[in-house]
Amino acid sequence: MKSGSKLEKLFNQGEFVVSGEIGPPKHANADIIREHARMLKEYVDAVNLTDNQTAIVRISSIASAVHVLAEELEPIVQMTVRDRNRIGIQSDLLGAYSVGVKNVLCLSGDHQSFGNHPTSKNVHDLDSIQLVKALKDMRDEKKFICGDEIKEHEPRFFIGAVANPFGDPFEYRVMRLEKKINAGADFIQTQCIFDMDRFERWMEQVRERGLHKKAKIMAGLMPLKSHKAAKYMQKFVSGMIVPDEIIERMENAEDKKAEGVELCVEQIKHLQQIEGVAGVHIMAVNWENIIPTIVEKAGLYPRPQIKE
Amino acid sequence: MIVAEGKPIAEVAKLIEDANKVLVVGCGGCVTVCLAGGEKEVGILASALRMLRKKEDKPLETVEITISRQCDPEYMEQLEKYITDDIDAVVSMACGVGVQFVAERFNKWVVPALDTKFAGGALEHGVWGERCGLCGECILYKTGGICPIIRCSKSILNGPCGGSQDGKCEIDTEVDCAWQLIYDRMKTLGKLDKLLEIEPIKDWSKSRDGGPRKVVKEDVMIK
Ligand code: SF4
Ligand code: SF4
Repeated sequence: MKSGSKLEKLFNQGEFVVSGEIGPPKHANADIIREHARMLKEYVDAVNLTDNQTAIVRISSIASAVHVLAEELEPIVQMTVRDRNRIGIQSDLLGAYSVGVKNVLCLSGDHQSFGNHPTSKNVHDLDSIQLVKALKDMRDEKKFICGDEIKEHEPRFFIGAVANPFGDPFEYRVMRLEKKINAGADFIQTQCIFDMDRFERWMEQVRERGLHKKAKIMAGLMPLKSHKAAKYMQKFVSGMIVPDEIIERMENAEDKKAEGVELCVEQIKHLQQIEGVAGVHIMAVNWENIIPTIVEKAGLYPRPQIKE
Repeated sequence: MIVAEGKPIAEVAKLIEDANKVLVVGCGGCVTVCLAGGEKEVGILASALRMLRKKEDKPLETVEITISRQCDPEYMEQLEKYITDDIDAVVSMACGVGVQFVAERFNKWVVPALDTKFAGGALEHGVWGERCGLCGECILYKTGGICPIIRCSKSILNGPCGGSQDGKCEIDTEVDCAWQLIYDRMKTLGKLDKLLEIEPIKDWSKSRDGGPRKVVKEDVMIK
């Protein structure tokens, strides 16, 4: 066992893992985080806490994780390299581990030009692959980035990274995933899948390189509330592919929300059949309360227990 | 070269609003090449400032001079005779380096007329692009001659990030993704396997993060 996190244990048991996502609020009251945590805890195995997503200032992912832990739900703390240098990052990692966080997801972070502080300076002292490596070195080599030894109580995280099968250059995407896994990623969450064909082609390459055996691959999903949301993502979110069929399907549906749920459930069932997919990560942005319905309809409820 | 761009004339006028007589100094180096602060631009700026002030009924006297380089003390001598007592301010049309050299040398109020942008080159007539982030330890040999530090919006050394699509960067569909360029080039050169190596964390102390830098070449020093 590398970290002993619940997430790691469930993967080791061979469970099809389900994670959700909570976006912290843009103010200093955490009630909404707690509320979502209570609602989700029976339905997902762990939950991502986003790190100032789309570069908009929110409660920090680590502070949010404290609230989630208090509700007895397993947090996955997202950590971007956009806002902190190696001193800040390592300090926050020590702090996160000290409060009981055991899973960290390493990301580049959306460029600050997307957020509410577009005139800020970005840091990028490390990149996301270097962050993965730093976490691994802290855990397995007991070393800080500078090489100094961590004499005792090294943080032992289950290390996550993201992969985007829909970004370009497509042929390089799996090579880069391999790089992340070689750097030390234990689990991978993918960008939201709408183009299932492309995802399957990507998974084929993943299997060819045997990467699914080296890290747990969680397929990212986003339930759609409306065709407008789908259209928006197709047009404006770079690194995302939304096929026209999906937009049409949503457009033609009478009850758009029900159709969105239906589509997501179908996707989960399909993904379960793909060799090498070890779980799903459901990102229901501003629609967190739909996750229980989706999990139930997909036949993934109740969630497994850790076998001692 | 250093690429710079003129500040709006009204902004420059504001910087010298209390002056009656100014010296407008051009530079014959980079800013001449990028058409921002050479002899021609000195003439244009000086006459525009005079016109503006005439309209305001507060006439301005200007003296114009362009020296070979403002970033070199050797050429600063050429300026000496123009820095007379009646000059209230010096408007430097050099990059930020030249402005500082003038300010260091003369006991005058020196203001910049340009915004210094980046180290780059001409892409086509009238268009310049950034190429180097002056990081102090060049790694272009690893990336097929394309700089990820300044041309990737996130300075990613093991790119591309998830936002790269259709060859463009997530920040703007007009901006090329540096890592797409690097990938294409490495592929053409048959060196894709090099991109599988994890590029280690960079030593930014060699960049500006180590404090102001100096280059010393002892063999050419006079003392
Ligand atoms: S690697 Fe450094 S020195 Fe080389 S081009 Fe890029 S910023 Fe400039
Ligand atoms: S899209 Fe390309 S250039 Fe833009 S931040 Fe990502 S890797 Fe860098």
